[in-house]
Amino acid sequence: MQVYLPIAEMSLDVFLLLGLGGAIGFLSGMFGVGGGFLLTPMLIFIGVPPAVAVATQANQVVASSVSGVLAHWSRGNVDFRMGLVLLAGGILGSTAGVFLFGLLKQIGQIDLVIALAYVVLLAFIGVTMLQESIRALLRRRRPKGTARKLHQHTWVHGLPFKMRFRKSRLYISALLPIAVGFFVGILAALMGVGGAFLMVPAMIYLLGMPTTVVVGTSLFQIIFVAINVTLLHSVENQTVDAVLGLILVLGGVIGAQIGGRLGSRLKGEQLRILLALIVFIVGAGLAYELVAVPDEIYSIAPLGIPL
Amino acid sequence: MTRARCPIVLAAAIAALLLAPAAVPRAAPLVADLSNHLIAITTDFTGTEVLLFGAVDGPGDVVVVVRGPVNDVAVRRKERIAGIWVNRDSLEFVAVPSFYAVASTRPLDDILDEATRRRHAIGLDTLQFTVMPDDDVDDPDAFREALERIKMDQLLFWRNPLEVNFLGDTLFRTDIWFPSNVPIGSYVVEVLLVREGAVVSAQTTPLVISKIGIGADIFEYAHRRAFFYGLATVAMALLAGWIAHLVFRRI
Repeated sequence: MQVYLPIAEMSLDVFLLLGLGGAIGFLSGMFGVGGGFLLTPMLIFIGVPPAVAVATQANQVVASSVSGVLAHWSRGNVDFRMGLVLLAGGILGSTAGVFLFGLLKQIGQIDLVIALAYVVLLAFIGVTMLQESIRALLRRRRPKGTARKLHQHTWVHGLPFKMRFRKSRLYISALLPIAVGFFVGILAALMGVGGAFLMVPAMIYLLGMPTTVVVGTSLFQIIFVAINVTLLHSVENQTVDAVLGLILVLGGVIGAQIGGRLGSRLKGEQLRILLALIVFIVGAGLAYELVAVPDEIYSIAPLGIPL
Repeated sequence: MTRARCPIVLAAAIAALLLAPAAVPRAAPLVADLSNHLIAITTDFTGTEVLLFGAVDGPGDVVVVVRGPVNDVAVRRKERIAGIWVNRDSLEFVAVPSFYAVASTRPLDDILDEATRRRHAIGLDTLQFTVMPDDDVDDPDAFREALERIKMDQLLFWRNPLEVNFLGDTLFRTDIWFPSNVPIGSYVVEVLLVREGAVVSAQTTPLVISKIGIGADIFEYAHRRAFFYGLATVAMALLAGWIAHLVFRRI
């Protein structure tokens, strides 16, 4: 059954979209990842204009982060003070990102930037996941190594504007989380991802936050960054497709349920390797499209609505 | 013309029509209409065909020109830079019709000479596209060709005329196909009657293509009330996330 997507201005099969949303939801339920970094390239593969895919995906991130953060909040795993400081950077970064997006769209380079950003990102995620799962497999066989030092003093601790984050048991410069938020915010706007895959490692290794509050706090700030991205894309670029978003959310919710239940029964490491492979394949697909000789080297873009 | 003289004129016209069809020039040697003056793009729109039909008062050729609303179009060309295909040169064309199709009873060159075709803008090759003055590329012709080629691939431009068929001596018909990606707006359908290389009669009929239904409302809302549209989509996402949380917790 074909459904007309009013903003993408094209018809796609509704079951294909539901299936896609479901499959990505399934993966995100199983692995506890957002899945935005896979859904956006998939949408581009099936012909959705990249600009629409990214902006609609940002809206999708809102939905998945809300359900995630509520669960963490009820367990008290959200550092709101840290979340707000990250958010300050995130709002600035995502706002800058949306305007950069509009500028790139105008000069005809947005598709290229999105594709390049995804190739780099997927390669990075794939390698990280593969490393992690191999390490986890090895760890089982070897005795436990020495624990990492809890607190190390580096140049980072010499920065001004220090703030106390009680929940995270930290006393660090506010500039650091603002910078992290800013950088991830730009990515959120350009790629339509939540950015947890970058935010979480940065919070642990760069800021030194305890792992218990990391996921809830990052989800908390991602909601508002994603809301900001959705609103700005709506106003600046008119690329948020409500129909597409609704179908993807529906599929995603159902898929995440099934994935979450199944994931708890299956072995983690093998699944991680599987996901890493999927990530590599999608990344390689995007990379191939960038280097392969295109069928048509010309493209046309209407400037404004026909009158 | 006074009211009293009307019946006399009408009677004379009918008499002329009946007695000497070819000899007397009349008010309407050509009448034509469309099966549909409004194409509604609904959520399940996959393209549509519009029937154009009409009658002429004698021998001659019929040429139909369909023009969509115009807009400016940027044509970009990819070049390989460091192994990656990147949009490099671009050329902007001003006032390009979003849709252009011609239909005729015989090949255009057999009906009209080039000068006449140019005067009436009949045929894709006669369309004049102005280029933005600040764009500078070595080979603007290649860009124009690409524009036509891509538009033809999208079934929005038709280089070869579609067929106009005569049913008997006076009735004619043709079908015009509008694909699913047809741009919305006001179209003009021009029907010309050609005799001995000259356009002797012409009629234009408007055709409106617009989005109808939920899809149209969403598009309209997204462009006119962008901020509230954004708020609505965010609210939808928040609600969906909250419901998902409730469902997850129960199970």
